[in-house]
Amino acid sequence: MAGEKGKAYLLAGGTDLLVRMRGDFIDPDLIVDIKRIPGIQEIRKTASGFSIGAGVPCAMLGRDKALASAWPGVVEAAQLIGSDQIQGRCTMVGNLCNASPAADSVPALVAAKAKAVVVGPGGRRRVPVEDVVTGPGRTSLKKGDIVVAIELQKRPPKSGDAYLRFTPRTEMDIAVCSAGVSLTLGAGNVVKQARVALGAVAPTVVLVPKAARALVGTRLEDDALMKLAAACEAACSPIADKRGTVEFRTEVAGVMARRAAVMAYDRARGKR
Amino acid sequence: MKGIAVSTTVNGDAVEFVCDARETLLDVLRNHLGLTGAKEGCGTGDCGACSVLLDGQLVCSCLVLGAEVEGREIETVEGMADGDRLHPLQKRFLEHAALQCGVCTPGFLVAAKALLERNSNPSESEIRYALAGNLCRCTGYDKIVHAVHAAAGDLRRQQKARKKRKAAG
Ligand SMILES: Cc1cc2nc3c(=O)[nH]c(=O)nc-3n(C[C@H](O)[C@H](O)[C@H](O)COP(=O)(O)OP(=O)(O)OC[C@H]3O[C@@H](n4cnc5c(N)ncnc54)[C@H](O)[C@@H]3O)c2cc1C
Ligand code: FES
Ligand code: FES
Repeated sequence: MAGEKGKAYLLAGGTDLLVRMRGDFIDPDLIVDIKRIPGIQEIRKTASGFSIGAGVPCAMLGRDKALASAWPGVVEAAQLIGSDQIQGRCTMVGNLCNASPAADSVPALVAAKAKAVVVGPGGRRRVPVEDVVTGPGRTSLKKGDIVVAIELQKRPPKSGDAYLRFTPRTEMDIAVCSAGVSLTLGAGNVVKQARVALGAVAPTVVLVPKAARALVGTRLEDDALMKLAAACEAACSPIADKRGTVEFRTEVAGVMARRAAVMAYDRARGKR
Repeated sequence: MKGIAVSTTVNGDAVEFVCDARETLLDVLRNHLGLTGAKEGCGTGDCGACSVLLDGQLVCSCLVLGAEVEGREIETVEGMADGDRLHPLQKRFLEHAALQCGVCTPGFLVAAKALLERNSNPSESEIRYALAGNLCRCTGYDKIVHAVHAAAGDLRRQQKARKKRKAAG
């Protein structure tokens, strides 16, 4: 990869890459299929949590019961991508590295504090998922870097996550706006830790610490949820297009965050 | 980029072909192997007319590179009938008039087969979700959904009869 003088691209599921090749948006000189790298299509349980190989198709995530029960929000987000045909191929790493602001798995991964394991000419490093994408179609990865896995932490007890997106159709559509929320509760079901991330409302997925702070120390009472929504709205800087105006996206992002928070909370206290 | 030699299995037969690095599995099936069942509706993963099974997994062949299928197993609509005997899905599609122009049909058949292999008794909404990646401009979908439902019943009855015969020894 690093030695190729022309344009080199990594191929995971190909559901973005082949579409872009066909549309003549890119003209690769070299394509490297990562799926034949040993172990890259495996989900491993590790001492610190889960390591999901970069070649794991999203359809496989839901079949892993331990993963789906520890991180239901991440798995649901990944499984919203496309149809059954797309699910059999698409990967979370491809979703991340394609760097679309509307990528469905990314807000859930950011909320989950997931790390991308990157191997490159400079060695191996762990990068927080929110630091991988720097703008629409742009990443912080250097020439020759390969994301080999996504790591998710082990869950403390009383934790839950959720991801919701707004789309006009229920299947096969691109998020107009979306929200991922991950919570851990303490004594008396009071929120101890929270992470909130929004999709499709800015050039990259945004982590909203202020929205998370609105939830910590609460049991998601109405005023906490209102503060969460307000913080989310303040973090939005969306584009307007035929799919939604700036005002619509901003307001609905707050609504998605509120609903995702309630879902994550119910999951954390064992109510599914 | 130069030609890439690939050996693979299509509908149970070993096949070899040489393809360009950019050619998709759909190009290979249609242009090199003469299997024109899978259709190109869009070429971008949206319509499902090119659906095939790759190692048992439903995929859009327009989004798979020919070079990727080395050593894999591919099933296309051409492999569904048993000689002259149509697969129950094919029979029911005809009976229910679940096709008009027919461009989408091979994709629907393969996708429906993949569904029934993992869920032998799907509800109407399960059928609709499972076929959401397949578009049809002609039928309005209802007839397709009914045909799949009927074929699911046929397959369950076949399965039962087979079990009974086995039990009877
Ligand atoms: C019909 C259809 C519907 C879709 N619906 C949705 C949807 O609902 N939501 C959504 O978010 N997306 C959707 N997508 C987009 C796409 O399917 C997803 O973004 C998918 O997750 C991409 O994964 P992939 O493995 O196919 O990526 P690929 O196409 O293989 O790669 C995507 C990009 O990442 C790079 N890359 C791949 N692997 C690595 C690696 N290991 N390290 C570094 N870079 C790498 C590639 O070079 C390429 O630039 C849809 C696509 C289609 C065709
Ligand atoms: S031709 Fe492949 S999905 Fe339309
Ligand atoms: S029968 Fe014409 S597209 Fe379906």
